[in-house]
Amino acid sequence: MTTETATIGVVSHGEFEHPDPISNQVFGFWIYILSDLVLFSTIFAAFAVVGHHYAGGPTGKDLFNLPYTLGETLFLLFSSATYGLAMLAMEGNRRNLVLVWLLVTFLFGLGFITMEVSEFYHLIRAGDGPSRSAFLSAFFTLVGTHGAHVSTGLLWMAVMMVQVVTKDLTPAVQSRLIRLSIFWHFLDIIWVGVFTVVYLMGVI
Amino acid sequence: MERAGAGKASLKAYAAGFFYSIALTEIAFWMVMHGERTLPRWVVVGGIFLAAVVQILIHLHYFLHLDRSSTVRWNVLALVFTVLIITIFIGGTLWIMSNLHYRMM
Repeated sequence: MTTETATIGVVSHGEFEHPDPISNQVFGFWIYILSDLVLFSTIFAAFAVVGHHYAGGPTGKDLFNLPYTLGETLFLLFSSATYGLAMLAMEGNRRNLVLVWLLVTFLFGLGFITMEVSEFYHLIRAGDGPSRSAFLSAFFTLVGTHGAHVSTGLLWMAVMMVQVVTKDLTPAVQSRLIRLSIFWHFLDIIWVGVFTVVYLMGVI
Repeated sequence: MERAGAGKASLKAYAAGFFYSIALTEIAFWMVMHGERTLPRWVVVGGIFLAAVVQILIHLHYFLHLDRSSTVRWNVLALVFTVLIITIFIGGTLWIMSNLHYRMM
Protein backbone atom coordinates (compact mmCIF):
# COMPACT_ATOMS: atom_id res chain seq x y z
CA MET A 1 0.00 0.00 0.00
CA THR A 2 2.79 2.39 0.97
CA THR A 3 4.88 1.56 -2.10
CA GLU A 4 1.86 1.87 -4.34
CA THR A 5 1.04 5.34 -3.01
CA ALA A 6 4.66 6.36 -3.39
CA THR A 7 4.73 5.13 -6.99
CA ILE A 8 1.58 7.02 -7.86
CA GLY A 9 3.08 10.07 -6.22
CA VAL A 10 6.20 9.82 -8.37
CA VAL A 11 4.24 9.27 -11.58
CA SER A 12 1.91 12.18 -10.92
CA HIS A 13 4.91 14.43 -10.43
CA GLY A 14 6.33 13.38 -13.75
CA GLU A 15 3.39 13.11 -16.09
CA PHE A 16 0.46 15.09 -14.74
CA GLU A 17 -0.05 18.72 -13.78
CA HIS A 18 -0.14 18.18 -10.03
CA PRO A 19 3.08 19.70 -8.79
CA ASP A 20 2.20 19.89 -5.10
CA PRO A 21 0.67 17.24 -2.83
CA ILE A 22 -1.95 19.69 -1.49
CA SER A 23 -3.57 19.87 -4.94
CA ASN A 24 -3.81 16.08 -5.00
CA GLN A 25 -5.32 15.98 -1.52
CA VAL A 26 -7.82 18.68 -2.39
CA PHE A 27 -8.80 16.86 -5.59
CA GLY A 28 -9.26 13.61 -3.67
CA PHE A 29 -11.43 15.38 -1.14
CA TRP A 30 -13.43 16.95 -3.98
CA ILE A 31 -14.21 13.43 -5.26
CA TYR A 32 -15.49 12.55 -1.76
CA ILE A 33 -17.64 15.71 -1.76
CA LEU A 34 -19.17 14.67 -5.08
CA SER A 35 -19.98 11.21 -3.69
CA ASP A 36 -21.62 12.94 -0.72
CA LEU A 37 -23.60 14.98 -3.24
CA VAL A 38 -24.87 11.72 -4.75
CA LEU A 39 -25.89 10.56 -1.24
CA PHE A 40 -27.87 13.78 -0.73
CA SER A 41 -29.46 13.45 -4.17
CA THR A 42 -30.95 10.07 -3.21
CA ILE A 43 -32.43 11.61 -0.04
CA PHE A 44 -33.78 14.54 -2.06
CA ALA A 45 -35.33 12.03 -4.48
CA ALA A 46 -36.97 10.18 -1.56
CA PHE A 47 -38.32 13.48 -0.23
CA ALA A 48 -39.63 14.43 -3.68
CA VAL A 49 -41.54 11.12 -3.88
CA VAL A 50 -43.14 11.09 -0.40
CA GLY A 51 -43.02 14.81 0.46
CA HIS A 52 -46.78 15.17 -0.01
CA HIS A 53 -47.86 11.99 1.76
CA TYR A 54 -49.07 13.51 5.02
CA ALA A 55 -51.11 10.51 6.31
CA GLY A 56 -53.70 12.97 7.64
CA GLY A 57 -51.02 14.69 9.68
CA PRO A 58 -49.63 18.21 9.50
CA THR A 59 -48.37 19.64 6.21
CA GLY A 60 -45.41 21.91 5.60
CA LYS A 61 -47.78 24.87 5.74
CA ASP A 62 -48.79 23.93 9.31
CA LEU A 63 -45.27 23.28 10.57
CA PHE A 64 -42.81 25.63 8.89
CA ASN A 65 -42.06 29.14 10.08
CA LEU A 66 -40.31 30.86 7.16
CA PRO A 67 -38.72 33.79 9.09
CA TYR A 68 -37.13 31.14 11.35
CA THR A 69 -35.78 29.23 8.33
CA LEU A 70 -34.52 32.52 6.86
CA GLY A 71 -32.61 33.09 10.12
CA GLU A 72 -31.00 29.63 9.87
CA THR A 73 -30.10 30.33 6.24
CA LEU A 74 -28.46 33.64 7.11
CA PHE A 75 -26.42 31.98 9.90
CA LEU A 76 -25.05 29.47 7.40
CA LEU A 77 -24.43 32.11 4.72
CA PHE A 78 -22.55 34.37 7.14
CA SER A 79 -20.48 31.38 8.28
CA SER A 80 -19.54 30.61 4.66
CA ALA A 81 -18.39 34.21 4.17
CA THR A 82 -16.38 34.29 7.42
CA TYR A 83 -14.72 30.98 6.49
CA GLY A 84 -13.65 32.69 3.27
CA LEU A 85 -12.05 35.42 5.39
CA ALA A 86 -10.22 32.73 7.38
CA MET A 87 -8.84 31.35 4.08
CA LEU A 88 -7.66 34.83 3.07
CA ALA A 89 -5.97 35.26 6.46
CA MET A 90 -4.32 31.85 5.96
CA GLU A 91 -2.93 32.89 2.58
CA GLY A 92 -1.53 36.01 4.23
CA ASN A 93 -0.01 33.70 6.89
CA ARG A 94 -1.77 35.61 9.69
CA ARG A 95 -2.27 32.95 12.32
CA ASN A 96 -4.26 34.91 14.90
CA LEU A 97 -6.62 36.28 12.27
CA VAL A 98 -7.23 32.72 11.02
CA LEU A 99 -8.17 31.74 14.57
CA VAL A 100 -10.54 34.69 14.96
CA TRP A 101 -12.38 33.96 11.71
CA LEU A 102 -12.53 30.21 12.46
CA LEU A 103 -14.07 31.03 15.82
CA VAL A 104 -16.64 33.39 14.24
CA THR A 105 -17.46 30.72 11.63
CA PHE A 106 -17.81 28.13 14.38
CA LEU A 107 -20.23 30.34 16.32
CA PHE A 108 -22.39 31.02 13.24
CA GLY A 109 -22.44 27.27 12.51
CA LEU A 110 -23.32 26.56 16.13
CA GLY A 111 -26.17 29.09 15.87
CA PHE A 112 -27.50 27.22 12.83
CA ILE A 113 -27.33 23.81 14.56
CA THR A 114 -28.91 25.17 17.74
CA MET A 115 -31.86 26.54 15.74
CA GLU A 116 -32.24 23.25 13.88
CA VAL A 117 -32.11 21.11 17.02
CA SER A 118 -34.64 23.42 18.66
CA GLU A 119 -36.94 23.05 15.62
CA PHE A 120 -36.64 19.24 15.75
CA TYR A 121 -37.24 19.25 19.51
CA HIS A 122 -40.45 21.27 19.20
CA LEU A 123 -41.72 19.13 16.32
CA ILE A 124 -41.11 15.88 18.22
CA ARG A 125 -42.58 17.31 21.46
CA ALA A 126 -45.75 18.22 19.54
CA GLY A 127 -46.04 14.61 18.29
CA ASP A 128 -44.85 15.46 14.78
CA GLY A 129 -41.73 13.28 14.87
CA PRO A 130 -40.39 11.16 12.01
CA SER A 131 -42.90 8.38 12.71
CA ARG A 132 -45.92 10.66 12.14
CA SER A 133 -46.04 10.47 8.32
CA ALA A 134 -43.96 9.64 5.24
CA PHE A 135 -43.53 13.38 4.73
CA LEU A 136 -42.06 13.83 8.22
CA SER A 137 -39.83 10.73 7.87
CA ALA A 138 -38.37 12.18 4.69
CA PHE A 139 -38.12 15.65 6.28
CA PHE A 140 -36.17 14.41 9.32
CA THR A 141 -33.92 12.22 7.15
CA LEU A 142 -33.01 15.02 4.74
CA VAL A 143 -32.68 17.92 7.18
CA GLY A 144 -31.14 15.63 9.83
CA THR A 145 -28.48 14.31 7.43
CA HIS A 146 -27.54 17.88 6.57
CA GLY A 147 -27.47 18.77 10.27
CA ALA A 148 -25.24 15.76 11.02
CA HIS A 149 -22.83 17.00 8.35
CA VAL A 150 -22.79 20.51 9.81
CA SER A 151 -22.16 19.05 13.29
CA THR A 152 -19.25 17.01 11.92
CA GLY A 153 -17.93 20.16 10.26
CA LEU A 154 -18.10 21.98 13.60
CA LEU A 155 -16.16 19.19 15.31
CA TRP A 156 -13.57 19.31 12.52
CA MET A 157 -13.37 23.10 12.88
CA ALA A 158 -12.78 22.83 16.64
CA VAL A 159 -9.96 20.34 15.99
CA MET A 160 -8.46 22.69 13.38
CA MET A 161 -8.50 25.61 15.82
CA VAL A 162 -6.52 23.48 18.27
CA GLN A 163 -4.11 22.42 15.48
CA VAL A 164 -3.55 26.01 14.36
CA VAL A 165 -2.62 26.88 17.95
CA THR A 166 -0.42 23.84 18.63
CA LYS A 167 1.12 23.18 15.17
CA ASP A 168 0.92 26.64 13.56
CA LEU A 169 0.09 27.06 9.85
CA THR A 170 2.23 24.21 8.49
CA PRO A 171 1.50 22.92 4.95
CA ALA A 172 -0.36 19.95 6.44
CA VAL A 173 -2.58 22.21 8.57
CA GLN A 174 -3.18 24.51 5.59
CA SER A 175 -4.19 21.52 3.46
CA ARG A 176 -6.73 20.47 6.13
CA LEU A 177 -8.09 24.01 6.36
CA ILE A 178 -8.56 24.13 2.58
CA ARG A 179 -10.44 20.82 2.62
CA LEU A 180 -12.62 21.97 5.51
CA SER A 181 -13.44 25.11 3.51
CA ILE A 182 -14.64 22.96 0.60
CA PHE A 183 -16.73 20.86 3.02
CA TRP A 184 -18.22 23.97 4.63
CA HIS A 185 -19.13 25.73 1.37
CA PHE A 186 -20.56 22.43 0.08
CA LEU A 187 -22.91 22.26 3.08
CA ASP A 188 -24.15 25.76 2.30
CA ILE A 189 -24.88 24.63 -1.29
CA ILE A 190 -26.86 21.64 0.01
CA TRP A 191 -28.79 23.96 2.32
CA VAL A 192 -29.84 26.11 -0.68
CA GLY A 193 -31.47 22.96 -2.07
CA VAL A 194 -33.02 22.10 1.31
CA PHE A 195 -34.65 25.46 1.99
CA THR A 196 -35.93 25.66 -1.59
CA VAL A 197 -37.29 22.11 -1.92
CA VAL A 198 -38.39 21.45 1.68
CA TYR A 199 -39.31 24.76 3.29
CA LEU A 200 -40.30 27.13 0.45
CA MET A 201 -42.04 24.47 -1.66
CA GLY A 202 -43.63 23.06 1.50
CA VAL A 203 -45.32 26.36 2.26
CA ILE A 204 -46.52 27.27 -1.24
CA MET B 1 0.19 29.14 -5.56
CA GLU B 2 -2.83 28.13 -7.60
CA ARG B 3 -4.71 25.24 -6.09
CA ALA B 4 -7.47 23.26 -7.66
CA GLY B 5 -10.78 24.02 -6.02
CA ALA B 6 -9.34 26.52 -3.60
CA GLY B 7 -7.19 28.94 -5.56
CA LYS B 8 -7.52 32.56 -6.58
CA ALA B 9 -9.33 33.64 -3.43
CA SER B 10 -9.79 37.36 -3.01
CA LEU B 11 -11.75 39.56 -0.66
CA LYS B 12 -13.61 41.01 -3.63
CA ALA B 13 -14.75 37.55 -4.78
CA TYR B 14 -15.98 36.53 -1.31
CA ALA B 15 -17.80 39.86 -0.85
CA ALA B 16 -19.46 39.58 -4.26
CA GLY B 17 -20.49 35.96 -3.65
CA PHE B 18 -21.84 36.85 -0.22
CA PHE B 19 -23.97 39.79 -1.41
CA TYR B 20 -25.35 37.92 -4.45
CA SER B 21 -26.26 34.99 -2.16
CA ILE B 22 -27.98 37.25 0.39
CA ALA B 23 -29.92 38.96 -2.41
CA LEU B 24 -31.02 35.67 -4.00
CA THR B 25 -32.02 34.20 -0.61
CA GLU B 26 -34.07 37.31 0.22
CA ILE B 27 -35.75 37.25 -3.21
CA ALA B 28 -36.70 33.58 -2.82
CA PHE B 29 -38.13 34.01 0.70
CA TRP B 30 -39.88 37.29 -0.25
CA MET B 31 -41.58 35.63 -3.23
CA VAL B 32 -43.05 32.92 -0.98
CA MET B 33 -43.86 35.08 2.07
CA HIS B 34 -45.25 38.17 0.33
CA GLY B 35 -45.40 37.61 -3.42
CA GLU B 36 -47.65 34.57 -3.21
CA ARG B 37 -50.80 36.64 -2.84
CA THR B 38 -50.22 38.68 -5.99
CA LEU B 39 -48.07 36.45 -8.21
CA PRO B 40 -49.35 33.34 -10.01
CA ARG B 41 -48.14 30.04 -8.55
CA TRP B 42 -45.95 29.06 -11.54
CA VAL B 43 -44.06 32.36 -11.26
CA VAL B 44 -43.32 31.77 -7.57
CA VAL B 45 -42.27 28.12 -8.08
CA GLY B 46 -40.19 28.97 -11.16
CA GLY B 47 -38.72 31.98 -9.37
CA ILE B 48 -37.51 30.13 -6.27
CA PHE B 49 -35.99 27.29 -8.31
CA LEU B 50 -34.26 29.78 -10.62
CA ALA B 51 -32.95 31.69 -7.56
CA ALA B 52 -31.67 28.38 -6.08
CA VAL B 53 -29.86 27.32 -9.27
CA VAL B 54 -28.28 30.76 -9.69
CA GLN B 55 -27.26 30.82 -6.02
CA ILE B 56 -25.62 27.38 -6.31
CA LEU B 57 -23.66 28.57 -9.36
CA ILE B 58 -22.66 31.72 -7.42
CA HIS B 59 -21.39 29.55 -4.55
CA LEU B 60 -19.43 27.30 -6.94
CA HIS B 61 -17.88 30.29 -8.67
CA TYR B 62 -17.13 32.71 -5.82
CA PHE B 63 -16.66 30.37 -2.82
CA LEU B 64 -15.29 27.19 -4.42
CA HIS B 65 -13.53 29.06 -7.26
CA LEU B 66 -14.65 26.71 -10.01
CA ASP B 67 -14.40 28.23 -13.47
CA ARG B 68 -13.22 27.26 -16.95
CA SER B 69 -9.49 27.64 -16.23
CA SER B 70 -7.25 24.61 -16.73
CA THR B 71 -6.19 24.38 -13.06
CA VAL B 72 -9.62 23.18 -11.99
CA ARG B 73 -10.60 21.37 -15.19
CA TRP B 74 -10.74 17.93 -13.54
CA ASN B 75 -12.75 19.26 -10.62
CA VAL B 76 -15.32 20.75 -13.01
CA LEU B 77 -15.37 17.62 -15.19
CA ALA B 78 -16.00 15.41 -12.13
CA LEU B 79 -18.77 17.79 -11.01
CA VAL B 80 -20.43 17.70 -14.44
CA PHE B 81 -20.37 13.88 -14.36
CA THR B 82 -21.90 13.91 -10.85
CA VAL B 83 -24.65 16.27 -11.99
CA LEU B 84 -25.44 13.79 -14.80
CA ILE B 85 -25.68 10.95 -12.24
CA ILE B 86 -27.88 13.06 -9.96
CA THR B 87 -30.18 13.95 -12.85
CA ILE B 88 -30.60 10.24 -13.64
CA PHE B 89 -31.18 9.42 -9.94
CA ILE B 90 -33.77 12.09 -9.19
CA GLY B 91 -35.41 12.21 -12.62
CA GLY B 92 -35.51 8.41 -12.83
CA THR B 93 -36.91 8.03 -9.32
CA LEU B 94 -39.69 10.55 -9.93
CA TRP B 95 -40.51 8.97 -13.31
CA ILE B 96 -40.67 5.41 -11.98
CA MET B 97 -42.59 6.29 -8.82
CA SER B 98 -45.17 8.46 -10.60
CA ASN B 99 -45.64 5.72 -13.18
CA LEU B 100 -46.13 3.17 -10.39
CA HIS B 101 -48.57 5.49 -8.63
CA TYR B 102 -50.56 5.91 -11.87
CA ARG B 103 -50.76 2.15 -12.46
CA MET B 104 -51.86 1.40 -8.89
CA MET B 105 -54.69 3.95 -8.80
